Amino acid sequence: MGVRLILKEGELTAVLSGEIDHHSAREIRETIDDAASKVKPKLLTLDFSDIQFMDSSGIGLIMGRCKLMQVWGGAVRIANLPPKIEKIVSLSGINQLCTVVKGVKKDEADE
Amino acid sequence: MKPMNEMSLAFPSSSSNESFARAAVAAFVAQLDPTIDELSDIKTAVSEAVTNCIVHAYRNTIGTVYISCKLYENGKITIRIRDKGCGIEDVKQAMQPLFTTAGGERAGLGFAVMESFMDVLRVTSKVGVGTVVTMHKTIERRSKVSVKGKMAEE
Repeated sequence: MGVRLILKEGELTAVLSGEIDHHSAREIRETIDDAASKVKPKLLTLDFSDIQFMDSSGIGLIMGRCKLMQVWGGAVRIANLPPKIEKIVSLSGINQLCTVVKGVKKDEADE
Repeated sequence: MKPMNEMSLAFPSSSSNESFARAAVAAFVAQLDPTIDELSDIKTAVSEAVTNCIVHAYRNTIGTVYISCKLYENGKITIRIRDKGCGIEDVKQAMQPLFTTAGGERAGLGFAVMESFMDVLRVTSKVGVGTVVTMHKTIERRSKVSVKGKMAEE
């Protein structure tokens, strides 16, 4: 499990990898919130392309970040959902809270 | 019907065991040759049930989570996840999508996910005694195993 943060032109991208469950969600949440609260980006992109497993804790994670971003009027975008986690995302209806995009290039230029 | 194979597990309700529990069940049911999608559904459902034991049943304490799993000749899998935790006062309410007593970061989707990812979900609970979650899923038998077996014998 890992989080890689990329900050570019006021937008924050969190590239997530590994498995998201109740156990791992905590560290992911803390890492993202730490950076986001400092930067207050207008857009937070959560990139799921390297996620192998996700249960409803991942939905909670997305919901929580949407709530946080609302504090300063920012938005959340979820990108590159692997087919195996599309099912839980569509079941949750989370697409009503944030935009879901495909094919967002991973920015390799680390901060 | 007699199961063709069965296993049981018992482990402490620490959150680091969530990944262990779903991986162990996945490794066991793999002998029925499920598809990647079926296996992913089962792993997700097990993860939800075990997380409930950790977050709700044994909230602020560590107890034992019990899993038993049976495999049948016709491709049916039964998984039972049991705890001796606080129990659920109103099971019907707990099973409503988006209902949660954990607040904040919990989506309240655990039972909804188990219900939609498995064929059958049954929850029985008694306050102060514990909760039993029973799930069934029948996976498509592709009879590849027997064909392969025959070919190997020839």
